Amino acid sequence: MKPRNLKKNIRPNKSFKSQLKRRFDTWLLQHAQAFISSLGQYIKSPISSVLTTTVIGISLALPANFYLLLDNIRYVSSSWDDSVQITVFLQTDIDESRAAEFANILANNNNISETHLIKRADALVEYQKLSGFADALNSLDENPLPNVVLVTPNYENIDEARTEKLIKELEAMPETDSVQYDRRWLKRLLYLLDIVNRLIVVLSTFLAIAVLLIVGNTIRLLIDNRRSEIEITKLFGGTDRFIQRPFLYSGFWYGVSSSIIAWLLVIISVQMLGGPVNKLARLYNSDFQLIGLSLGNSLILLASGIVLGLFGSWIAVKRHLRAIEPI
Amino acid sequence: MIKFTNVHMNYPGGNEALRNINLHIEQGAMVYITGRSGAGKSTLLRLIALIDRHSRGQIIVNGQNLERVRNRRIPIFRRHIGFMFQDHRLLNDRTLYDNVALPLVIAGYRHQEIRKRVQAALDKVHLLTKVNSYPMALSGGEQQRVGVARAVVHRPAILLADEPTGNLDPALSWDTMSLFEQFNQVGVTVLIASHDIDMISRMSKRIITLKSGRILTQGAATT
Repeated sequence: MKPRNLKKNIRPNKSFKSQLKRRFDTWLLQHAQAFISSLGQYIKSPISSVLTTTVIGISLALPANFYLLLDNIRYVSSSWDDSVQITVFLQTDIDESRAAEFANILANNNNISETHLIKRADALVEYQKLSGFADALNSLDENPLPNVVLVTPNYENIDEARTEKLIKELEAMPETDSVQYDRRWLKRLLYLLDIVNRLIVVLSTFLAIAVLLIVGNTIRLLIDNRRSEIEITKLFGGTDRFIQRPFLYSGFWYGVSSSIIAWLLVIISVQMLGGPVNKLARLYNSDFQLIGLSLGNSLILLASGIVLGLFGSWIAVKRHLRAIEPI
Repeated sequence: MIKFTNVHMNYPGGNEALRNINLHIEQGAMVYITGRSGAGKSTLLRLIALIDRHSRGQIIVNGQNLERVRNRRIPIFRRHIGFMFQDHRLLNDRTLYDNVALPLVIAGYRHQEIRKRVQAALDKVHLLTKVNSYPMALSGGEQQRVGVARAVVHRPAILLADEPTGNLDPALSWDTMSLFEQFNQVGVTVLIASHDIDMISRMSKRIITLKSGRILTQGAATT
């Protein structure tokens, strides 16, 4: 074994291009080694790896489930959004023909696209059918229900000011008893959803921090376990990059595997909730189905897992690897 | 070539490990450094490998002024140095092959090249048959020989050995020293810190004696 002289290049002087290629090959080779060896580390201690992965997976699955819930509520409420109507209850002394006339007049209003008259007799029949108070209603001498005109505004519902003006206009009419506008509770619901949305953002932030801490601590333990190896590697000229690479890849593996667990947990949740939700929806004459994770959302879940895994291990590596020096 | 000029080394806390060291070790020399525990033998080796940085003076290793080697370049600098320890410091969860291959893997050698060199190095220390064993399955002397193989597999210009025979009986110590001599004969500069004066005086090589951080005697400048 001959020593090599420091001053001279040990390798025969090749062209710049082939040297560059060699360096790239080395780089690629070392990445591949780190990639494989970190996977090996993961598999080597399966129980602790799986436990850690599951904890991270649950931390990822929670916000994912919440977002999915929000998505579903948004979907449901958006279908209500178009059907916003103003309900005008007429005075009880107005008979059906005058009510029809009134509905026609309203239909000609510029702000109204169409009107629909619910005759008091029809309303009674329907109410008897749905409410279960048929006997009680039959015992009444006369129909207690008024004629009702459903008014669909002529414009997008977002225009609150115009809606308010229209409501005032309707209320001022002599035939009108009262006006009900079902937008208000929808608005409350939307505000409520806003709060829930914020809550989910806050919660997701906390859980993301938790994931960072879990990954960081796991990587710190890995570093501690391999302390002597790191010392020897530094002593024989391993660069910081070379040493940190397998740990970053470990973070990557934790990210990937826990995203998959989170994904499975979300799928299971949707499956479990799907049946009852369908039953509930059928009661409302809706064929609504729970929205599951789309491909895009699945990829976002995977990406967040990987990013958090890499970032968590990066923090641990920066904090702990530098501190280890050969002794 | 290793050259120390007025080198001082203070560890944090005021412990003065080396005082005013002047030393010249030629390329291809084989030198023993001796002295009692705490005399500064290990510190001397650590300064050469840039594990610690000296406080004052100048150290030149193979034409490089160590003060000018930036922290970022230390790994590259160390690839020209081989290390040996009293406690062999092998990685117990890896085979002999992987242990010896480590310096080559770090330097980014190709697979085939690594295999060739690891086999040559293990052959040199007569352990080629145990290439797939783990360090724990080996005797103390064998473990130390694996350490030797790892220290020279990347063909360093300088071999630093800190008490390499500290845990070995005289016969095994002699074997290890002979191995160092063989490497020295092919041009490697070898520095061995040892307190085993009996043995090293029989090796008829240059002996540098340290006492309380100073050079007491430093033998002939040439070997």
